[in-house]
Amino acid sequence: MNSAPAETGPEAIQAKPKMAARGVNVFYGDNHAIKDIDLDLYADKVTSLIGPSGCGKSTFLRCLNRMNDTIPICHVTGEILLEDENIYTSGIDVVQLRARVGMVFQKPNPFPKSIYDNVAYGPRIHGLAAHRTDLDEIVTTSLEKAGLWQEVKDRLDSSGTALSGGQQQRLCIARAIAVNPEVILMDEPCSALDPIATAKIEALIDELSGRYAIIIVTHSMQQAARISRKTAFFHLGEMVEYGDTTEIFTSPKEDRTRDYITGRIG
Amino acid sequence: MNDHILSTYDDELQEVRSIVIQMGDLAANQLSEAMQALRDLDIEKAKEVRLSDKKLDALEITAERAVIGVFARRAPVADDLREVVSALKMTTMIERMGDYAKNIAKRTFALSDGALVVMPEMLDKMAIEAHQMIESVLEAYVKRSAEQAVAVWESDEALDSMYNLTYRKILARMMETPEYIGELTHYLMIAKNIERIGDQATNVAEQIFYAITGDNLEEARAKNDETSVELFAKD
Repeated sequence: MNSAPAETGPEAIQAKPKMAARGVNVFYGDNHAIKDIDLDLYADKVTSLIGPSGCGKSTFLRCLNRMNDTIPICHVTGEILLEDENIYTSGIDVVQLRARVGMVFQKPNPFPKSIYDNVAYGPRIHGLAAHRTDLDEIVTTSLEKAGLWQEVKDRLDSSGTALSGGQQQRLCIARAIAVNPEVILMDEPCSALDPIATAKIEALIDELSGRYAIIIVTHSMQQAARISRKTAFFHLGEMVEYGDTTEIFTSPKEDRTRDYITGRIG
Repeated sequence: MNDHILSTYDDELQEVRSIVIQMGDLAANQLSEAMQALRDLDIEKAKEVRLSDKKLDALEITAERAVIGVFARRAPVADDLREVVSALKMTTMIERMGDYAKNIAKRTFALSDGALVVMPEMLDKMAIEAHQMIESVLEAYVKRSAEQAVAVWESDEALDSMYNLTYRKILARMMETPEYIGELTHYLMIAKNIERIGDQATNVAEQIFYAITGDNLEEARAKNDETSVELFAKD
């Protein structure tokens, strides 16, 4: 197994990671899509995964809550630890895991239900609310945390799909938050949004970063620079470099990182 | 280093580079011309130096606009970010070199009005050294050579030593001939101007080093100008 790229920057010494990948490999049939990834992810630091299309960053992200299980030819080796527990151990309840490690996708995907039911869906199936008042409380709090409450409080019965793109994405974040996750995975959450809606999501990520470990895949270098404290650069299934975002964007150690982030022909 | 996928980005960076080089050439030339004017107490040449400083000021503004344009259009990162930030700082440093040359020209006017006092010979040697530093640092910039930038940075020690010696010699002459203290003070200030041009070349070398390597060079540098902590000549 290759050792992880040396972590750089003033934040190199830090607390215990919330999640950790240890020698993670992913195969799609014979295709070796992810190669020996070792990566620590911290609760109080947003981590960006960057790299060209097909580099494996989304595949890696989807390993973190076993979303790849739905692909029959996908095979994962190595360990992914959530609070020291390997989430690939047999007997792990994947539904519970996905409550602890929530996900927000590129395209907002609210259920064709009311705003209220979108947020209440998770708490209902996980039995988090004994009474309607508890559920109301969770819905309200989640929408508040997602920065959407003021905009929707008078129309909770309206369909979630009737909201604007940015509002739908914040609704999806509220839905993820509603089940008290520890980690939120975001796969290009702003790529379908205009700059104002993007700014609101970024402000929200900033707001939430103290409470949840957030890992975001993004194609926007500036977005990674703006919102994350740690950045990992993936290329051809390898993690080329990982370090403090400021270091990566001012003095990357690897030529491949530099060529990618500066838009050079590599 | 590889080219950018967007070739217009490379064109914009090249434009910034060429302004920096143009400014550096102009500053080196201004120093030569200012020293020529001083040696000959040539008022017309001194006027030319003062006028050419305006060109340097105008180029600094052109560079600033070009760099702001790169920031606005390209949101530079990594090597590109370091390069444009360094270029912006370098143009200010080079503009200051021009100011020092202009100051030499200004003092030439005053000296041409006063008593004829022989110019300290060390001033010429200092100016040759400072001029060489500017040329060498520009070459380091063009060649993207961190090693050559370090060499320029180290050579400032020699210029500082020359300044210390000049300072003492001029001070000694002041004590010997107090009636020329006014003229000699101008020469002392001119020596300081040349020494400061060397400092600016050193600063430019630090910027080049940072742009190329991402590391800071100035932390290790020892200052050798002792005159600021010295009251009387030691020899």
